[in-house]
Amino acid sequence: MEISNKSSKGKILASGIIPFVFLILLIAYIFGPGSDLLDLGVPLPEITIEKVDFVDSEIQATVRNTGPISVEVVMADINDRIQPAAVEPDRFLERFETALVRIPFEWNEAEPYIIGITIEDGTRFEKEIEAAAPALEPSFDLVIFFAVIGTYVGIIPVMIGLLWLPFIKRISKQKYHFFLALTAGLLFFLAIDSIEEAIDVSDESLAGSFNGTLLVATVTVLSFLGLYYAGNKLVKKADSSKISKPVAIALMISIGIGMHNFGEGLAIGAAVGLGSIAFSTFLIVGFALHNTTEGIAIAAPMSRGKLMIGKLAAMGLIAGSPAIFGAWVGGFVYSPFTSVIFLAIGAGAIFQVIVVIMKWIRDEGDKNFSSAAVVSGFAAGMLVMYLTSILV
Amino acid sequence: MIVSIFVIIAMSTLYFTFTEDISAQLEEIVFVTHTGGVIKTTGEVLDPLYTSATLEFDPMEYLREFNYGKVSQLSDGTTLREFTIIAEDDKIMEVSPGVFFNVWTFNGTVPGPTIRATEGDLVRINFMNNGSKSHTMHFHGIHPAEMDGVFEIVGPGGSFTYEFKAGPVGVHPYHCHVMPLEEHIVRGLYGVYIVDPKEGRPLADEMVMVLNGLDTDFDTENNFYAANTIPFYYQHHPIEINTNELIRIYVVNMVEFDPINNLHLHGNLYHYYPTGTDTVPSFYTDMITLSQTERGIMEFQYEYPGKYLFHAHKVEFSEKGWVGIFLVKDNQIQKSQTGVDYGN
Repeated sequence: MEISNKSSKGKILASGIIPFVFLILLIAYIFGPGSDLLDLGVPLPEITIEKVDFVDSEIQATVRNTGPISVEVVMADINDRIQPAAVEPDRFLERFETALVRIPFEWNEAEPYIIGITIEDGTRFEKEIEAAAPALEPSFDLVIFFAVIGTYVGIIPVMIGLLWLPFIKRISKQKYHFFLALTAGLLFFLAIDSIEEAIDVSDESLAGSFNGTLLVATVTVLSFLGLYYAGNKLVKKADSSKISKPVAIALMISIGIGMHNFGEGLAIGAAVGLGSIAFSTFLIVGFALHNTTEGIAIAAPMSRGKLMIGKLAAMGLIAGSPAIFGAWVGGFVYSPFTSVIFLAIGAGAIFQVIVVIMKWIRDEGDKNFSSAAVVSGFAAGMLVMYLTSILV
Repeated sequence: MIVSIFVIIAMSTLYFTFTEDISAQLEEIVFVTHTGGVIKTTGEVLDPLYTSATLEFDPMEYLREFNYGKVSQLSDGTTLREFTIIAEDDKIMEVSPGVFFNVWTFNGTVPGPTIRATEGDLVRINFMNNGSKSHTMHFHGIHPAEMDGVFEIVGPGGSFTYEFKAGPVGVHPYHCHVMPLEEHIVRGLYGVYIVDPKEGRPLADEMVMVLNGLDTDFDTENNFYAANTIPFYYQHHPIEINTNELIRIYVVNMVEFDPINNLHLHGNLYHYYPTGTDTVPSFYTDMITLSQTERGIMEFQYEYPGKYLFHAHKVEFSEKGWVGIFLVKDNQIQKSQTGVDYGN
């Protein structure tokens, strides 16, 4: 009995491994004796200038080899005029490797520049900077500055939004469903907004080889699935512990919104970093108004439990404070790749929260989504977000 | 989810860091750019000015190299000058430090050899096409229609003999005239053809400058400009000349895409002979604008020793390589002849 069991296990194992063996053989053949098969066509080199920093009497470009073959960086230019430069660590770039090209140049603030890099076959790649601004040096003052802005944009508006809790608490079930659906609408808008932003960043600064849109889709779905799984565990645990279901749901909403606010912080930090201060003032006011609505999203489920001010404040912090971290990251260590990843994670997190809220409405209520309260709430959520987004 | 993010980040960082050369030297180099900027780096210097030491094509050699051909006398006393020119189109040349570009060449160089004859000589060019495309040689000047190198296309492996009486006096371009013409020219199939007057010109330090450009990324805009192909070459390797010695430059503008080019000389003015067809200069200036294949002769001499720039005053071109320096040395012999003493 045992022996046959073992042999059948062995068979299962073998049947699982055999296809892999063939796959390895297939790949080995292509790289080895069958490499002639791949000699068709001409692989075109490609580099991407991912980042440009303006420092003292110098312009620095971060260049990544985003093509299928290794390249050599041989020349730099500014506004299509050849400039002497240095490349660190060296001019040879394997696939996906990066180098820093340092171009001594007396640049002028707020003026546009086109940075060009030429590789060994004479192909020139360029990146346009709308307005030169000094790269932010991480200083204590600036850290505080970003923290204040993050608080202003993230924490305070969310807290203000939470103040609607007593109001939501007193209203009828129908109206309560309206507010839950409104929350879902708000979040749905935020998710689309995050995805749009992620795709924009990847289009602007990520090379085609990253498959930007698919990267966003993949990370969004992974983030959704991960949080969905973790969230269900949390709710199940909530059933058997002191945490009530509304609190669990509100916590998930806070986490989802927190991830979204991290993305907003990134945008603000990057805007300040890129020197568009006037633009970021609008950004800050817009986000502040916008984020007040996020407080409602947290308050809505919490309104059905006991009033727990401590928990509520903690959730406000979970939702709001990531804006501070986002601003630090965006201002000091901005990288398009991490921005895209974070924005996509945020989108996935929000979708998960929407699913949780919809389930909550279903369980709570009449098991239908077509009631006037739900439909009008969802629609109102989208509209409110759209209107406040115009301010940004 | 966190695991998946970690996997993504870990994989990407692995990819990005794995290829780094661990043994990369971290020695700091300090270099001063030609614009005066100073940079310290642990990496490599990218500068056509500082790194153009070893190039296959030597603009300094080309500058003063004149080919008079294999000379023989015809029965009627006419001088016959025979040249062999071979066209190729598969050469990959380092045109600027680190930049490798497929140039099309006459006798292996861009520009092709400078062909020089005296007015009335019989010029015979044994032209062979060793390229993979059709090519011809089209000379500017006076010759019979069938020697014009336009309709008598020479296919790969083919040959043709061009024969004509040298004239008129002056400096002329020659170039391939196969369609698409722009491509055949910008890839490098051109050169200079000088016809000297029978009585000759006054003794001078003579040089040829072909003002040209290279479109290395095929976007119909030049990536590089130069006098004699290699960007910044004469800035890095100044042309040595003497004070009070007549300098004669045969200038031919072969730049494509841009409607004009020009030549500005520092600290001096030159006498300019458009197309070199007249023996009396038309201008005394330090700035001449040249359109496509427009050319002429410039004559000048320097009184004071030192370094003098010459460059396109279309500054874009000079910032992309069309700039050079004359290093004027004090000429003791000439000085004693003129009896003028400058400085000490």
